[in-house]
Amino acid sequence: MEKSDFTILVADDDPDYLFQTVNNLGRAGYKTVAVESQAEAESVIQKMKPSLAIIDLMMEYEDSGFILCYKIKKKYPDVPVILATGVAHETGISFSLDSESEKSWIKADRYLEKGIRPEQFDMEIMKLLKL
Amino acid sequence: MAVLKVLVVDDEPGIRSGVARILNNFRVGYSFVDEDFTFEVTEAATGEDGIKIIDDDRPDIVLLDNKLPGIQGIEVLEYIRNKNYDMAVAMITSYASLDVALKAYKFGATDFIPKPFTPRELKSSVENITKQLYLKKITHKMNEEDRKVKLKFLSVLSHELKAPLNAVEGYLKMMQERQSGDRIEDYTIPIERSLQRIHWMKSLIMDLLDFTRIRLERKDEKIEEVHLKDIASNAIVAIRPYAIRMEVGINLGMKSDVIIMADPTDMEIIFNNLVSNAVKYNRRGGKVDIVIDEDEENVILLFADTGIGISEPDRKNLFSDFVRIKNEKTKNIGGSGLGLSIVKQVLDMYHGSITVDSVPDVGTTFRICLPKNSINFK
Repeated sequence: MEKSDFTILVADDDPDYLFQTVNNLGRAGYKTVAVESQAEAESVIQKMKPSLAIIDLMMEYEDSGFILCYKIKKKYPDVPVILATGVAHETGISFSLDSESEKSWIKADRYLEKGIRPEQFDMEIMKLLKL
Repeated sequence: MAVLKVLVVDDEPGIRSGVARILNNFRVGYSFVDEDFTFEVTEAATGEDGIKIIDDDRPDIVLLDNKLPGIQGIEVLEYIRNKNYDMAVAMITSYASLDVALKAYKFGATDFIPKPFTPRELKSSVENITKQLYLKKITHKMNEEDRKVKLKFLSVLSHELKAPLNAVEGYLKMMQERQSGDRIEDYTIPIERSLQRIHWMKSLIMDLLDFTRIRLERKDEKIEEVHLKDIASNAIVAIRPYAIRMEVGINLGMKSDVIIMADPTDMEIIFNNLVSNAVKYNRRGGKVDIVIDEDEENVILLFADTGIGISEPDRKNLFSDFVRIKNEKTKNIGGSGLGLSIVKQVLDMYHGSITVDSVPDVGTTFRICLPKNSINFK
């Protein structure tokens, strides 16, 4: 499978972050679907099954990301979900998805800090897509 | 009703049973506390037994005789302090030597009860200790809440400051790697967006300066006669270029020149925030009406727009820190989420009030009421 066979859903309410992420993913070779809100993302997953989803934690609501994760996993249990957010760093609530209980609660496969290098981001994506 | 645990350590059985008899039926109330306090007494005949009860039961108050058969009272007190137990200790002493008194003071004894004491003396001392315990607890709780609020503020603030930096950094990297071509024209959007994000970040920092200023500065000496017409005009001039781009008209209506005694900067904060909100959250071709009015006691300010409105649930948190209403209509409008919180804090200082009326997609009106004679700041 080529990278271009995968469609990545990106949800973020920061239009610049969204633009840049989509730009980077496109340069890496993926197809993308970009949405700016939890509501938009929910309507997208009704119509299509993404290969992977990258989701911002705080959008319309503080926990939009968690809710979206939950909904995606419920509908498509095999779609990997990445929570991309700057929130852990700033609030001091650092959680990783190492323990099983955290995994079942948060429902995301990876938790990634915003602002990591595009190459590193791509490596994480490739791991999840088993490329 | 709260029950405080009292431990009395004394080798004389008569003293112990006396204290128990007096305090078990004693009840303390203060005018500033809703609940009464009662007491539950346990007894120990030696310092050693006392320490065991102190470790196991953690009493709130310890009444401690100094002269005990084994270890001395003062050593028990020292033990309590070394363990960092949060207990009030009163020393019961028959012959208060200066040496013991100084040591007791050093180890933080709350009170001294001379022996022999009357029931009244004991009650009065315990009442005093209880009051101190209560105030200490309340202060501690308030500090803790204050700390949490500050931490929350800082964490949201750092998020708000980091997001624009991430955005600008990303665009600069795009340019550095010549991702869209070699000409400067290939980067019109990244440049525009970077400038926009930097501009918003700058306004956030300006808001923060207002925020700290109103919290830290003493004002009394800055109070002067402020002509609200001038303040309003300046606010309109500042927002006009943006209003023209948005095709929003601004009207200022007033019956006479309304004057208020205030710090002019505070009035600027009010007008700048509300006028710029009224323009920002308007529709293309809409209008803003500002009315300055007064009655005998109050100055009344109205800021009415024909904008997107605020839904009922969103109105609830409107005046809290960093609250920004996020929806389809507001997503391209920049703001720190501090403006209305700052306005509210300024109004609180002047004993003023702000209310909001809003119909989604029709418009919003903020109404401010400022007492004319409110110069005695909180």
